[in-house]
Amino acid sequence: MVMLEVKEFGKRFTSHHLNTTRKAVEGISFSLEQGGFIGIVGKSGSGKSTILKSIYRTYLPDEGEIWFDSERFGRINLLKAEERQVIWLRKHEIGYVSQFLNVMPRTTARELVEQALLGMGESPEAATIKAEQSLRHFDLDERLWDTFPNTFSGGEKLRLNIAIATVKKPRLLLLDEPTASLDYQSKLKVREVIEKLKADGTTLVGIFHDLEFMEGLCDCVYDMNEKALRGMPEVQR
Amino acid sequence: MQQFEERPLLKVENLTKQYGPGCGECSQPGRPGLIKNYCPSCGTVYACSDVSLNVYPGEILGIVGESGSGKSTLMQCLYFDQDVTSGMLTIDDPELAGENLFDVSSQRKRYIRNHKYGMVYQNPVKGLRMDFSSISNIAEKQIAAGGRHVGKMQSAGERLLDVVSIPLFRMKEEPRNFSGGMQQRVQIAKALSNDPPILFLDEVTTGLDLSVRAAVIDLIKQIQRDLGISMIVVSHDLAVIRMLADRTLVMLNGRVIESGLTDQILEDPNHAYTQQLVYSLL
Repeated sequence: MVMLEVKEFGKRFTSHHLNTTRKAVEGISFSLEQGGFIGIVGKSGSGKSTILKSIYRTYLPDEGEIWFDSERFGRINLLKAEERQVIWLRKHEIGYVSQFLNVMPRTTARELVEQALLGMGESPEAATIKAEQSLRHFDLDERLWDTFPNTFSGGEKLRLNIAIATVKKPRLLLLDEPTASLDYQSKLKVREVIEKLKADGTTLVGIFHDLEFMEGLCDCVYDMNEKALRGMPEVQR
Repeated sequence: MQQFEERPLLKVENLTKQYGPGCGECSQPGRPGLIKNYCPSCGTVYACSDVSLNVYPGEILGIVGESGSGKSTLMQCLYFDQDVTSGMLTIDDPELAGENLFDVSSQRKRYIRNHKYGMVYQNPVKGLRMDFSSISNIAEKQIAAGGRHVGKMQSAGERLLDVVSIPLFRMKEEPRNFSGGMQQRVQIAKALSNDPPILFLDEVTTGLDLSVRAAVIDLIKQIQRDLGISMIVVSHDLAVIRMLADRTLVMLNGRVIESGLTDQILEDPNHAYTQQLVYSLL
């Protein structure tokens, strides 16, 4: 079953300050089966993040269609979905993880994960149990659970970020360079986390800096340069 | 595609509030001749022009804009502090169904304020009686909403003060003895005391220091989560809007110039003014 289908997608940015319009991406088409994992590769500035942010509707795209197989709404074009539908989908079906953690102030790691669950209607008791499971699953040190994430390390923030995004078991998870600022050891941890997500049957679209990291994880890559899907490229060592 | 069957709790259509008589020039559709929101030929100021918005159940709607953009006027019109020049307000409530609530009697408006609305002003002096005790301030609103049982009102009031973290041993004290942050929290407790389905928050964090601001934001989010109250939050502080609101309207010169998901407004702003606003973000 096709979970995500991107058709002739394009996005322009207009800057009133410079009085210019710039095409970030155009003519992007690919589709992704349920449980699949596509990595997007390309140079910096080639529009990789623009695709992810448009799927999540942080960007308001102006060309093409992005069809998502929603449990609640059926097949839905995310570019034309109503704002309230997008909010619902973000709460229940689509997750987004970047290297940045942007959360409510004075809220502990545990509360942040619980709130994601409460937001989709879980009972407080169930939310507590599932939140703890999730934090443990992603190896966040138990001593950090009741502290505030502002002072976490990059790796800890990322694992918390992934815990928040995945605890609601999204059908589609978008990974926007989550490993960008991490050292090798932390990257290995993230890799384990993604393998767990894949094993759970989550459909994934991800952007990563290094091909080596993606090897064995992605089913195929979308090459921004060729504008086509292809198999995992050989990694040159 | 399946339609999303959801009705707005509060719906505003084409709200206009003008100060001045208006003339042939500025009454044209779209009001082309205005300088900002001012008509040069008759001196009329259009504080709000054709503002339309929906607030859905349990949602926090953000409104941003610079000083003088009409945010507070809009809130005051919705709260019936001011009469509108024209426009329509409906609330999806069996008691109020099908009525334009801008047109009802002042008695009925008072009923809506007492039973359906809570309001938190930027300046606690507007929302509180500074020389009544905190618990009496809450009781005042409870009585207006039909409360008559002193014991029940007192225990409900104590519970609310506890929610907003005002120590109960100070509940008999007057808010004028309190710090700005505490006054704001008493005001929030008062606004919640009639269990309103709709809460208006006008610049509630302006002038508060960082940690108190965080506490108030946290409290508002907690109220939304636990009580499911729909809110309109007006602020010129984009950080506050980003933390609180799912959807945001941007106002300029009395008009809504852009609306969308809050993160979309902040990361992919389209209107020239919104871009400028986002570039100014610290």
